[in-house]
Amino acid sequence: MFDWLFTDDWFPKFDWRWDYAWEILPRLIEATGNTLIAAAAGYLIALVLGLAFALAQRSQNRILTFFVREFVEFIRSTPLLLQIFFIFYVGPQFGITLSPWVSGMIAIGLHYSCYLSEVYRGGIDSVPKGQWEAATALNMTTAQTYKRLIIPQAIPPAIPGLGNYLVGIFKDTPMLSVIGVAELIHTANAIGSETWRYLEAYTIVGVIFLALSLPAAGLIRAFEGFVRRKLGM
Amino acid sequence: MDDLSGFPLKIVGENSPMVSFKRVRKAYGSLVVLDDLDLDVAAGEMVSVIGPSGSGKTTVLRMLMTLEKINGGVIYVDGKPLTHMAQGDKLVPASEKHLRARRSDIGMCFQHFNLFPHMTAIQNCMEGPVQVLGLSKGEARDRGEELLELVGMADKKDQHPSRLSGGQQQRVAIARALAMRPKVMLFDEVTSALDPEVIGEVTNVIRKLVSEHNLTMLMVTHQMGFARDISDRVCFFYGGKIEEQGPPAELFGNPRRERTQQFLSAVKEAV
Ligand SMILES: Nc1ncnc2c1ncn2[C@@H]1O[C@H](COP(=O)(O)OP(=O)(O)OP(=O)(O)O)[C@@H](O)[C@H]1O
Ligand SMILES: [Mg+2]
Repeated sequence: MFDWLFTDDWFPKFDWRWDYAWEILPRLIEATGNTLIAAAAGYLIALVLGLAFALAQRSQNRILTFFVREFVEFIRSTPLLLQIFFIFYVGPQFGITLSPWVSGMIAIGLHYSCYLSEVYRGGIDSVPKGQWEAATALNMTTAQTYKRLIIPQAIPPAIPGLGNYLVGIFKDTPMLSVIGVAELIHTANAIGSETWRYLEAYTIVGVIFLALSLPAAGLIRAFEGFVRRKLGM
Repeated sequence: MDDLSGFPLKIVGENSPMVSFKRVRKAYGSLVVLDDLDLDVAAGEMVSVIGPSGSGKTTVLRMLMTLEKINGGVIYVDGKPLTHMAQGDKLVPASEKHLRARRSDIGMCFQHFNLFPHMTAIQNCMEGPVQVLGLSKGEARDRGEELLELVGMADKKDQHPSRLSGGQQQRVAIARALAMRPKVMLFDEVTSALDPEVIGEVTNVIRKLVSEHNLTMLMVTHQMGFARDISDRVCFFYGGKIEEQGPPAELFGNPRRERTQQFLSAVKEAV
């Protein structure tokens, strides 16, 4: 019904074809699945590694703390794309040959774990000192204190920050296209090179990203509220 | 570190004190907070610590709870060194393992309660017994419920701290500390953060502990009337030293030192 908008005489270069858009939609939806899997897997790796890095940076072991801090700083100061290339193309020279998917997940997971570790650190620092003192008065070990008291209390204030990086990782998955992971951009490129029509594919990809990113902020806030209630805080 | 050869490896004897500070020194940088403190607390004794702000009262409790390291001297609990451990015939600073073994004799309640906000009252009381003492959940729950009953909080056992008043939170905190079955209980201004009308519910619990339980207690307080009522002995701290100490009737009724007299009359005027 809006076809008149896209006619040649109104705007010659802008020829949108609905039939073609319908035709490529299934492939793009399938690629959306891959994008979501990539984002979720990368994020899970980042959630776990990020916490490990945050705890390592607070440990009593000076050497561990030093190396983890430098490593986090290094990763945060270099582009994700370079890290993806490094793992995928340089890895084999050291005898580590990984598939595009595995390389991509490691790169993106590692990259974001360094950002998440800062978010975790903020959450951990926000737990009042009195909680540590109460734990000592109950004679709890450091490990017990982290596990039972500090981390549960550090998570709710960290959720907005953790959530922002979930959206960030989602929007960075296209970088995996450069090593051949069949996510949205990679698929859109493939479609484009088959037919020399790019407009529909890229537009649909943009709409999909927008549709998935927009509700995220609200969902994250709702999730934070849910966790807080669950913990009685 | 200073020479510890003059300090005994343990204190033996029938009347050996439950807690013993021997020439304990604490400094933050160049600020000396406690200077050569000697203080013994007998088993079952209730000692109140009073004194002006900054005189080192809280620091005494925090050192005993091992929340602060000491810079000199030795603290003994139940005859055995707490801050140090024997290595051959010498005392060396305690390892974390030694601290964990010895600190189980001591429990502490804080001015701001420090309850675990993500746990209910009963969960707060079960946490230490389950995690540290290795009790089963059932045993810990029984013990916790008994203690919440003692502090009059049985009906609120499933509430989170955010749903409790200050006085109620402090009573849960007392139950939580008692659940570890300490020999020594420390109270640091446990009523200072409370509204006046709920102070009584906390002091009544402490009264009950004094009259019905054989705990050794060290209590920092600004409530002179309460200290006078329930203490076996009152220590007046001034500038990191015990300026004067004695039975409450004597210290409050007939203070000998000028600083004690000044402090007590200043407090009286403030009330
Ligand atoms: N972590 C710290 N760093 C530096 N100085 C400290 C620290 N903790 C305490 N002090 C100082 O040590 C001194 C004694 O403090 P403490 O808390 O024991 O006093 P207090 O008698 O409990 O006082 P109040 O009645 O105000 O609670 C004060 O001068 C205080 O400023
Ligand atoms: Mg104090």
